Amino acid sequence: MKFKVNGDEIFASTGGRPFDKNKPLIIFVHGSGLTHMTWVLQTRYFAFHGYSVLALDLPGHGLSGGKSLKSIEEMADWISSVIDAVGYREASLVGHSQGCLVTIECTARYPDKIKTLSLMGGAGAIPMNPELLALAENGDPKAVDLMMDWAHGPAGHFGGHPVPGLYHINTGGMLAKSRTIKDTLGVDFRACDNYKNGFEAAKKIKIPTLSILATDDKMCPVKEGKKLADLIEGSKVDIIDNCGHMMLLEEADRVLKVLKSFITTNYPSKH
Amino acid sequence: MSDKNKKGPESKTYKFDTLSLHAGYQPHKNAGSRQVPIYQTTSYLFDDVDHAAALFNLERGGHIYSRISNPTVGVLEERVASLEGGTAALATSSGMSAIFLTVMTLCEAGDHLVVSSQLYGGTVNLFRLTLPKFGIKCTFVKPRDTEGFKKAIQKNTKGIFGELVGNPGNELMNMPEVAKIAHDEGIPLIVDATYQTPYLCKPFEHGADIVVHSLTKWMAGHGSSMAGILVEGGNFDWIQNDKFPTMTKPYEGYHGLSFAEEFGPTAFTMKARAEGMRDFGPCLSPQNAWNVLQGIETLSVRMKKHCSNAEEMVKYLLGHESVAWVSHPSVPDHPDHALAKKLLPNGRGSMIAFGIKGGKDAGVAFINNVKLASHLANVGDTRTLVIHPASGTHSQMDEATLKFAGLSHDMIRLSVGIEDIDDIKNDFEVGFRAARKPRLVSNQ
Repeated sequence: MKFKVNGDEIFASTGGRPFDKNKPLIIFVHGSGLTHMTWVLQTRYFAFHGYSVLALDLPGHGLSGGKSLKSIEEMADWISSVIDAVGYREASLVGHSQGCLVTIECTARYPDKIKTLSLMGGAGAIPMNPELLALAENGDPKAVDLMMDWAHGPAGHFGGHPVPGLYHINTGGMLAKSRTIKDTLGVDFRACDNYKNGFEAAKKIKIPTLSILATDDKMCPVKEGKKLADLIEGSKVDIIDNCGHMMLLEEADRVLKVLKSFITTNYPSKH
Repeated sequence: MSDKNKKGPESKTYKFDTLSLHAGYQPHKNAGSRQVPIYQTTSYLFDDVDHAAALFNLERGGHIYSRISNPTVGVLEERVASLEGGTAALATSSGMSAIFLTVMTLCEAGDHLVVSSQLYGGTVNLFRLTLPKFGIKCTFVKPRDTEGFKKAIQKNTKGIFGELVGNPGNELMNMPEVAKIAHDEGIPLIVDATYQTPYLCKPFEHGADIVVHSLTKWMAGHGSSMAGILVEGGNFDWIQNDKFPTMTKPYEGYHGLSFAEEFGPTAFTMKARAEGMRDFGPCLSPQNAWNVLQGIETLSVRMKKHCSNAEEMVKYLLGHESVAWVSHPSVPDHPDHALAKKLLPNGRGSMIAFGIKGGKDAGVAFINNVKLASHLANVGDTRTLVIHPASGTHSQMDEATLKFAGLSHDMIRLSVGIEDIDDIKNDFEVGFRAARKPRLVSNQ
C-alpha cells in the first residue's frame, strides 16, 4: 500500500492481506540498497496469521518516493513517523543488516512505541570495506556483485532457494540494482559506516529482543552479533548453521519458525 | 604495484562452468547425495494444516504437487536461471509449452504481439493460427527489419518475440536495437535463445526481458528428452504503465495478490507458475529434468565442439561444387556477421543452412542418401542432423509464408554434431554424389 510520510509517498507491502488497523503491527526494515521484497518469505505468514504487516521500502528505495535518508538516526526517526502515519501508537520491529541498526536506534529513541525487536544479521556497528563503499558511492554495479558474493554463505552460492525456480544471488542483485546504485546502496553504506551509536543504543533497550545470526555471515559475523546481544537485557540469540548474511532467503523457513515463536509469544495477536 | 593499477576486490561468485555442475543444488539437504535425486512423486506431505495453508498462500516456499513444482525440476530451473543471469525460471514439458505459457502469462484476449517472421515452423503456427483463436493477434516482421518492429507496435501490443538467430535461415534479429524499441514502448522483449544456449549468448545482457528455450536441443544435448523453460531477467518494470494489469492489479486467483508488488524481479515467473502451471499444467517430468541436468553438466564442452565442427563444415560447404549458397553467421559476407561477432562471442552456433544445386530434387536425394547424418525433425543433438525444411519442419506453410520466412526449396538445414569432422564430411560426399545424379541413385 502507499501512504504519505513527511510529504513523500511511501510504499510498503502488506504481505498480501488488506492493512487492518485493528491488528497488531509488525514493521520490517530492509538492508542496504534492498527493498521490501527481501521479506516476502516472512511477511506473508504474519499477514495471514493475525497481524498487520508493513514491509517498507525506505525513502528513495524500491517503489517509494523521496530521497534516501543519509543517516541511521534519520531512518530511526522516520520509522517512528511511519507508525504515526498509519495511525498506530506501537509496533513490533524486525530489521535485517542495516535495518538492525535502524531498529536498534529507533527502539532506543522511542521506547514506548516499540514492543518487540527482532534483529537478523545484526551488529552494533557495520563499518564498510572502503573499496566496497567507494564502488557503491560511484554507482559501480561491481558493488552489488561484491555485496551479493559476501552476503551469501557457501551453501547460498549454490542456490537452493526455498521458492522453486528462484535463484538467490541474481534476485538479490536485481533488487539492489532496481534504483540508481549510488543513490541507494551508496547512501546506505555511508550511513552504516558513519553510525557509531549502536552499542550505546542497545544498552537502553528493555523490550523482548531476538537476534538471529548465521555461522557463515561475513558481513555481520556471529561474534559481532553476540557482542550486541550481550548488551541487551534478556535478549535471545538463535544461530543458524551453514548460512550467510541473507538468512531470510537462504534459510527462510528456519528464520520464520524462530521469528514466529518469538513474536507470537511476546507480541500476541488476538485475531 | 601503484594504487592506479590496483584491481580492488573481485566478486568470487561461481562462474559458468561451475554453475553448470552445481547451481540450484545443495547435497547436505538431500541425504548427502552427490547427484541430484530424481523426486519421482506427485505430491508432498504437509507438516500440519497451517503448513498446507502457508504453501497455498505463497507464504512459504516449498512443494505441493508436481504439476506446480518438483524438487528435481527446481534444481534445473535454478541452474538455467543462474547460467542465463536471470532471477527465476519455470521449466515446462517442451519448448513450445514454454512459449505458450509465456504468452498466456503476458497477454489477454484483445492483446497483440509483434513477432519475428523467421521462427521454428511450430512457433509460426502458434502465433499465426492458434493464438488468434484465444483473441491474441500477431504482426510478423522480418528479423532484419529493425524499424519494422517499431512500426508494427500498436496500442494493445504487449511484447516483441523473436529468435535471435532465426530458424532455419540464420538471419539475426538485432536484439539490442529491438530491445530498445520495446522498452521505449514500455513492453518486454522475449527471445527464444534455443540455438545459442547461455554459453553462446546471454540475452539479458543485450536487453531481453524474458528468455525461452527448448531444452530438448543443445541444453540437454543428447536427443533423449523433451523439455522447455522460460527465464526471467528481473529488470522489466511491470508497474511503469497500465499495460499489464494482471501483473500489477490484485489477482483474484491468489487473495488479491499483486505479483509485481510482491515479487518484483521474479513476478513474471511467479505468475507463470501460480496461474499458468496451475491452470494449464504443462509440467516437466522429474526424469526428463534430470536428463537435461546431465546434459547441462557438459554444456560448455559440447558447445565448443559443436561450434568448431560447424565452422569446419562451413568452410567445406563454401568450397563444394554442389553447394549454391551457405548461410551461417561465421561467414564473413553473411549480412549479420558483425552483429553475430558482437552478440555471439563464444561461437556462432552449429546451425547451418545451405542451398543445394539442383533444387528440391537434389535436396531430397541428398537427404535420402546420407548415412551418418540423421534425417529427423530436431536440432541440437550431439549427432549431426539434416532436414529439408520445405518438405519437413515448415511443410505446413503455404508458398507465400515460406517466402516471407526466407525459406527456399533448395534449402537444407544442418545441425552439426560432435562426431569426428572427417566422418561428417565423408558422409556428405555420399549425399552430394547422389544429389548430382538423383534419378540414378533413387533407382538403386
